[in-house]
Amino acid sequence: MSDATPAQTASSSAAEARIADAAHTGPMLAADGTPLKKSLNRALRLQKMRALALIAPLLIFVLVTFIAPIADMLFRSVENEIVSETLPSTTQILVEWDAEGTEIPGEPVFEALYDDMFFAKEAKLHTRLGSRLNYELTGVSSLFRKSGRKVEDMGEVYQDQFEDLDAFWKTNENWASFMASDGWVAAMADWKKADGAQPAFELREGVAEMLPATSVSYLRFADFVQNVDEDNLYKEDPWAIVYSSLHKDLTGENGVSSYTGPAAVELKAAATAASTFETVNFSEAFQKIDKDWHDLEVWQTLKVYTPKYTSGYFLNAVDRQKSVEGVEKRPENQRIYGILFFRTMVMSVAITLSCILLGYPVAWILANLPARQANLLLILVLLPFWTSLLVRTSAWKVMLQQQGVINDTLVWLGIVATDDRLALINNQTGTIIAMTHILLPFMILPLYSVMQTIQPTYLRAAKSLGATNWTAFWRVYFPQSIPGIGAGSILVFILSIGYYITPEIVGGTSGTFISNRIAYHISSSLNWGLGAALGAILLAAVLLLYYAYDKIVGIDNVKLG
Amino acid sequence: MNLTKTLLATTALTVAAGMAHSEDMTIVSWGGAYSKSQQNAYHTPYTDKTGVKIINDESSAEAVSKLRAMNEAGNVTWDVVDVVAADALRLCDEGLAMEIDPDTMLADAPDGTKASEDFGDLLVGDCFIPQIVYSTTVGYRTDLIGDTAPTDICAIFDTEAYPGKRSLEKRPINNMEWALLCDGVAKGDVYDVLETDEGQQKALDKLATIKDDVIWWSAGADTPQLLADGEVVMGSTYNGRLFSLIAEQDQPVAMLWDAQVFDLDGWIIPTGLSEERQARALDYIMFATDTQRLADQSKWISYGPARKSSAPLVGKHAELGIEMAPHMPTDPENAKNTFLYNYEFWADYRDDIDAKFQAWLVK
Repeated sequence: MSDATPAQTASSSAAEARIADAAHTGPMLAADGTPLKKSLNRALRLQKMRALALIAPLLIFVLVTFIAPIADMLFRSVENEIVSETLPSTTQILVEWDAEGTEIPGEPVFEALYDDMFFAKEAKLHTRLGSRLNYELTGVSSLFRKSGRKVEDMGEVYQDQFEDLDAFWKTNENWASFMASDGWVAAMADWKKADGAQPAFELREGVAEMLPATSVSYLRFADFVQNVDEDNLYKEDPWAIVYSSLHKDLTGENGVSSYTGPAAVELKAAATAASTFETVNFSEAFQKIDKDWHDLEVWQTLKVYTPKYTSGYFLNAVDRQKSVEGVEKRPENQRIYGILFFRTMVMSVAITLSCILLGYPVAWILANLPARQANLLLILVLLPFWTSLLVRTSAWKVMLQQQGVINDTLVWLGIVATDDRLALINNQTGTIIAMTHILLPFMILPLYSVMQTIQPTYLRAAKSLGATNWTAFWRVYFPQSIPGIGAGSILVFILSIGYYITPEIVGGTSGTFISNRIAYHISSSLNWGLGAALGAILLAAVLLLYYAYDKIVGIDNVKLG
Repeated sequence: MNLTKTLLATTALTVAAGMAHSEDMTIVSWGGAYSKSQQNAYHTPYTDKTGVKIINDESSAEAVSKLRAMNEAGNVTWDVVDVVAADALRLCDEGLAMEIDPDTMLADAPDGTKASEDFGDLLVGDCFIPQIVYSTTVGYRTDLIGDTAPTDICAIFDTEAYPGKRSLEKRPINNMEWALLCDGVAKGDVYDVLETDEGQQKALDKLATIKDDVIWWSAGADTPQLLADGEVVMGSTYNGRLFSLIAEQDQPVAMLWDAQVFDLDGWIIPTGLSEERQARALDYIMFATDTQRLADQSKWISYGPARKSSAPLVGKHAELGIEMAPHMPTDPENAKNTFLYNYEFWADYRDDIDAKFQAWLVK
């Protein structure tokens, strides 16, 4: 408020005069003549900024270490740039292809595929795309791996023919003489490895118009050699793909007949010969690598997953799938996530309820014992809290299994026949028991701190007014402890729907949660997109439940103490 | 996105700076008895020879996802990583593992045989450097199994002759193959059948006949523990785990080697290392995968060395003093009927069949 002090310390008579003044002429003014409102706002803003600066480290910390990574991870559930980035030309041409028809794409698409595959293979990206698409269509993974291995041979037909025609075509020095600008060639001649970065490749003027396809391939080749491999471009011989592009240009419309620049003789000779070269049919060549390239389904999948963003992961997460006809249900024998989401919710509710049932009496005793004993008991509550989660869960295994402590005791007592032991683990019972135990402190602690604030005199007052024990509890005590139940329930419920270690160890097949699948996709199948989609749905479900809770119970009624 | 990357990189950098000195090398493995065998056979001799200090990281179980995260953050803190061959193939496909040329980067056998020939078929994919052959096989309780000990893998499915629970891994791999074998499919046709929807359903139907009798495991230690507690009468796990249960812990358990599934474990070198670190990793690999070193490892654990030339050098267990050869999955007596994990097949079909398998499990 320091900035506002002059206004406040102004003499009272002057202030009165101004107030009277203001009533007639407009806004109240501060001592320096600015309107008081503005001056006050400025002072408050300054104060707010200072407060913000104080919490800024925490805010930035939370933003950077918590919100940003989560947002980044969740973003993966829609991101699908890999397809169009790895196969840029193919996906561009594929737009025109009718995916609902019965024809596989024609030769131009396969030619583009050859280009894309060639560079993807050099950059070692083709297998990555294969794994990505294998999530959608089984077999694509090996299709891409196999094709990557053989795609280099495909264009060598042209390379060999050019080289057989004239040894001129063998070295990049000759290629550079007509592909590169004179400035670049001169700069390269002076360049030594010790100088650092190579001079960036420049196309010779006019080449791009005369040899369009070759220029594109050569630029990509040059970029790769210079920036990825970091080899001397001048000494690196062109890849097979540059030769097949040259063949395409020389047999195309433009021609080199009017060209007079460097290497004109060789180019013209090659142009004459090129029309008689043995040609490659890329469609057939790909089919020869793997017959799946002529499988309609492969191309449909490629087309469906061409866009940069996809709803595919989310659809998968709700047991649907994308196809050329639109969204459809997955086959019956692959639907799993609906069941798991439902089970996670139901079992989390069951765990929360059993935590309330078990935790309430404990918290009540804790709150009503003398401090010394209460503290001792509190340590007992907290003790398992300090033990490793894995140790506690494994301990339950020893307790609950069929040859375990509980079953042995029951058999010894004669309650259960020895060949009819109870199945307490590797099913839902196991998960509920173990997780109730693990999450119990999260219920007891808020309950305990809320109950501590409830005056025992209220109960006594109720009883002295004639209430029975039950009425006094139910009408007087219980309503006051509800905020504790609310806080405990939210904690336990939210923690339990995200649990996966305990269900994994004791849950068998019927007691596992959706988080187990998320963990599988993150760490084992590497399908992070699907994992992120499942996680996003889980997050949305929690927020929705939280919202409903706020509407029904009111979040203000939740207290931690 | 960039913000995240910067952040991850800084974090990784800080952690790395705290952990690793420039002369140190971080080697990732599985921990437990396995890491111990590597420590004795490879790490200690290597440190003695070169002075490079080796830091053990026991993260192999999460290696694939962690490597991907490190790679995205642009800061790989691991130098050499021990993974199973299927994961190596996946890492290679994702561009996270470096391609290896066996003949120039790995040592020749003592008789001059090139590494590519010495390792033979075990060089799966372009990035994987094989180290050991292990197998997934079945162990049974000799005291609970009844009068006739099982000799056939189909004992798993025979609940009449061998009543009681059995433990199987909670994933389709191996189980689907065994189910088809015991459903009358010839060994050579298993993967052809498994490629089809009908074949997959057939395998699941066969597994359904014992679904109520199966405890599904996900950690390698589960089956040994379940066997030791008498919770199951038989169960599948890695042969090394069963070896330690039988030989080291003296439990009444025996092994059923029939239709054991061979699998490989070995090294990869992550991509994105500095030249200096990569050279050091390659130097370590050259040393640690030579004939003698691989044979040395089998003194500590009952996994077969991946080189043909190492087999004759396999000796006695370093602490128990028992002859190790008969406990190797590759021993002729044990390897009468074996299966080699089909990497290409599972790389393609893993996602699809796993979805079906898991859906089948939860129903």
